[in-house]
Amino acid sequence: MTDQESRDRERARAMAEREATHASDTPDDYRGNADPNGVGVIPSSSALATPALADAPVSGSGVGAFGARGKVRIGDKVFRYLTAGAGMFVCILITLVAVFLLAKAIPSIANDKVNFFTSRAWQVSGSTLEFGIVDLLWTTVLSSVFAMLLAVPVAIGIALFITQYAPRQLARPVAFVVDLLAAIPSIVYGVFGITVFAPKLHGIIDFLNRYLGWIPLFKKQISDPGTVFAGGIILAIMILPIITAIAREVYERTPRENVEAAWALGATKWEMVRLSVLPYGKPGVISGAMLGLGRALGETIAITLILVAPPSGAPFSPSLFYGGETFASKIANAAAEFNNPTQTGAYIAAGLVLFVLTFAVNAAARIVVNRRREFS
Amino acid sequence: MTERKGLRVQINRIGIAAGLTLGAVALAACSSSGSNSSTSPAGGSSGSAAAAACFSGSLKGEGSTAQKNAIEQWITDYQTKCSGATVNYNATGSGAGVTQFTGKQVDFAGSDSALDPTKGEVAAAATACGSPAYDLPMVTGPIAVAFKVKGVNKLTLTPSLIAKIFLGKITTWNDPAIAAANSGVTLPATKISVFFRSDASGTTQNFEKYLKAAAPSDYTDTPSKSWTGKVGSGKKGSDGVQQGVSGTDGGIGYMEWSFAQNGNLGVAQVDNGGGAVELTAASAAKAVQSAKVTGTGGDLTLKLDYATKAPGAYPLILVTYEIVCSKYADASKGTAVKDFLSYIAGTGQTGLTDLGYAPLPDTIATQVKASIAKIS
Amino acid sequence: MTAVVPTTTLAGSSKGGVRAFKNSLATVLVTAAFGIALIPLVWLLWTVVSKGLKTLTQSGWWTSSQRNITFRKPGGGVWHAILGTAEQVLLCTLISVPIALLVGIYLIEYGGGRLAKLTSFMVDILTGIPSIVAALFIYAVFITTFHGQRAGIYVSLALVMLMVPVIVRTTEEMLKLVPNELREASYALGVPKWKTIVKIVVPTAFSGIVTGIMLGIARVAGETAPLLILVGYSPDTNSNLLSGFQGSLPGMIYAQVPQLGNTRFHYAADRMWGTALTLIIIVMGLNLVARLVARRSKVSN
Repeated sequence: MTDQESRDRERARAMAEREATHASDTPDDYRGNADPNGVGVIPSSSALATPALADAPVSGSGVGAFGARGKVRIGDKVFRYLTAGAGMFVCILITLVAVFLLAKAIPSIANDKVNFFTSRAWQVSGSTLEFGIVDLLWTTVLSSVFAMLLAVPVAIGIALFITQYAPRQLARPVAFVVDLLAAIPSIVYGVFGITVFAPKLHGIIDFLNRYLGWIPLFKKQISDPGTVFAGGIILAIMILPIITAIAREVYERTPRENVEAAWALGATKWEMVRLSVLPYGKPGVISGAMLGLGRALGETIAITLILVAPPSGAPFSPSLFYGGETFASKIANAAAEFNNPTQTGAYIAAGLVLFVLTFAVNAAARIVVNRRREFS
Repeated sequence: MTERKGLRVQINRIGIAAGLTLGAVALAACSSSGSNSSTSPAGGSSGSAAAAACFSGSLKGEGSTAQKNAIEQWITDYQTKCSGATVNYNATGSGAGVTQFTGKQVDFAGSDSALDPTKGEVAAAATACGSPAYDLPMVTGPIAVAFKVKGVNKLTLTPSLIAKIFLGKITTWNDPAIAAANSGVTLPATKISVFFRSDASGTTQNFEKYLKAAAPSDYTDTPSKSWTGKVGSGKKGSDGVQQGVSGTDGGIGYMEWSFAQNGNLGVAQVDNGGGAVELTAASAAKAVQSAKVTGTGGDLTLKLDYATKAPGAYPLILVTYEIVCSKYADASKGTAVKDFLSYIAGTGQTGLTDLGYAPLPDTIATQVKASIAKIS
Repeated sequence: MTAVVPTTTLAGSSKGGVRAFKNSLATVLVTAAFGIALIPLVWLLWTVVSKGLKTLTQSGWWTSSQRNITFRKPGGGVWHAILGTAEQVLLCTLISVPIALLVGIYLIEYGGGRLAKLTSFMVDILTGIPSIVAALFIYAVFITTFHGQRAGIYVSLALVMLMVPVIVRTTEEMLKLVPNELREASYALGVPKWKTIVKIVVPTAFSGIVTGIMLGIARVAGETAPLLILVGYSPDTNSNLLSGFQGSLPGMIYAQVPQLGNTRFHYAADRMWGTALTLIIIVMGLNLVARLVARRSKVSN
């Protein structure tokens, strides 16, 4: 306690010193660091900026400014078209992909003898097509959301640790190790997952099953190590570096003013983090988390290697301690034997759903991020 | 050994520096003295075709994973002999092989089943080649019913028992029906854990064809490349099934013989009605002898007699084909295919036993060589 | 000190003991999160390093290919795979970075219009494309429709689709963090908008953008699915992106997987871990270089 207090006091002193240097700074310098989105706790910074900008043109020579403006237009136009062209390219690309997916999927869905959205069947090799996505959807969402729930808090923790808590000498290597994980190919995660990692989970699974087995989610269904539980944890490790990297990047950029304002208010370290770092980084972290979720939803090779596939017609189980197939692993498992268009179409239809699902997640994240920005 | 390795490295470096051809020559010179483990390239009788001319250039093949180990060995041996030749085989699955072949992506395809006229594959291949395509059986891959049961080393199963076990009608190892076929063996009360292929595969299809032919009353589904049973756990690839079985006491699964051998698993003897037959290269070759050639012209599509009761014949086999054009548009490709296949059908057949395959019986090998001679 | 706190947020927790406790708890939790994460991370890295290192020190590993090597033979190297992956990823990066940067700039600096909204929406969709679908798309366009022969270049094109959204999203995020005042100060001096972006905004966000590019490279360098569909794996050295099967690091890993459970010959398993370690080292090396570049450019600004 006393230790904490003395540290706080020290901080207050440092604060006062910084405050003093700032006072001698020109207002321009001060503005230079201001928060562009106005997310921070100092409303005055943007207020300060506006009047200064209003009189800025006055400081430039009138002729120079006008002369420049003539040239500006051509350069600006070219650059604008260039960037807009790149944007257009992405739009056209996606349209092509969508057209391709739809063109391949629609004939098969039309021939589907069962309801595509509500059936659990998957019989596409015979003469009649029977395929539905319920099982695939469940396994995909369960494993990815489970991975998200595991990864996001940990990623935020690591990012805070690196940017706010760890001493500089420790922060570097930690960041390095986490980045290293992004460099590991997913196939290695898969092999590691099924041969080394998953078999070690038996203890945890048995423990959770014993005490929480009455919840369907935790009911042990198979003794094979290739469970959604194991797959989800591996997915969490895989998406951890993505989320961490982005969270770290935004936390590092928390404006000094926000931090110092919190200190000035006498905040403890945690309060400072909660009041300035976390709110400032929130949109970035959400965006990073969604990138991670997108990756988890579409992860192919690792999940294909890890998850055991239940036999067709097995009763539905919502459990984490059960196998399953995700959209991506279903496609990957069949990819080698795509040899007639209607059968392929069924898998492409599954790909289409995955596509829409990930998009919905991304769009939701975007709305959250945008609302947050408007609010503050 | 180490000395030789060092030498190889040095030569390799020079090879890379001096260009691919020199490198290949040097490498070949070096490793021909080194390869002594299984095959004896110089030995064995060779027909006129198997005087194995060396083509120079490169060949691409793709398809069946079941013949991957055999063809990799052939390629290595052939390239060692013929330093100017490069053969690449991409083991992605039979369906992919046929698709790539008819799409003119590869020079030959490896497939576990012959081109299917009902799916239009024969016509598509003829169009792609500009001439009829040949299905040439090249190697027999016995399918092992591999098991891991503590205390049980020897196990005999009838087709009906196999079907009942894989369909979940028999669930414990000490089931009276199993005991009846295994007098003198103490069977534990362990639960049977069935493993099947989750990916589409010719191995699954052949296994199901066998059950359909030999145990029609117990197995009533239509054989397809995806497993249709209602119990057990699906694993990707024969390696996945192998790992599943070896990790589970009471596990049983079907896989190519080499995986059972290399995974150190027990292999069940199969009793088709003519007495229990152990899986050996000879017993598998014997079963191929009872196969009938149904192909016409140069095509050598085989019809296997899965229900054979011939004593000493292991009936659960798959024959993998090389699918080639009878006349290549590019004459040099024709020569290359001819040279390489001549090698396979001749010298290449020796040494297959080590790899978990059975060589072609002489009667069929002669026909294959005759067909190869017609390729141009 | 609590007396000075004017805002409602802090006033709510004005008891020193509770606040100090919360502070300590947070410190413990953050450190614990880091510790928890460290377990699998270190475990995984240790597995790869301990199983892969001995292969890397084998003579010829970095200089030879897998020609004439089977799972029953030791030896051979990874050179063909490094070459293939380097070519595929380099081409992919050369295509992706300009497109993604321009898109990111467009969305942030020229955003607001209908096309910008649409583009942003499309980038969201692109983020969601699973690698295997991207590969199927490229296959359908270039191979089924235009009758191309499978080759490394198509892998690059499929990887572009995976890399672009990663870079666009990070670029966007980083450009957003560039203070508006910087831009406005530049306009005030009569600097045209495009020049402001190129000379001031992008350089300011440069290190973040480089992180994005590195994430993108890390994302695609280990990608296996497009390799399965768009180019065959060759154990021979092939430097031609335009034709023939081509080796690659993930392809080489994938080619060894079937023999992992082999109890008689462990060469393929050793080779797999060795290849994985090689890939990690290469991507990490690139990462370090990029970071040094980013740091230097920051200093020069």
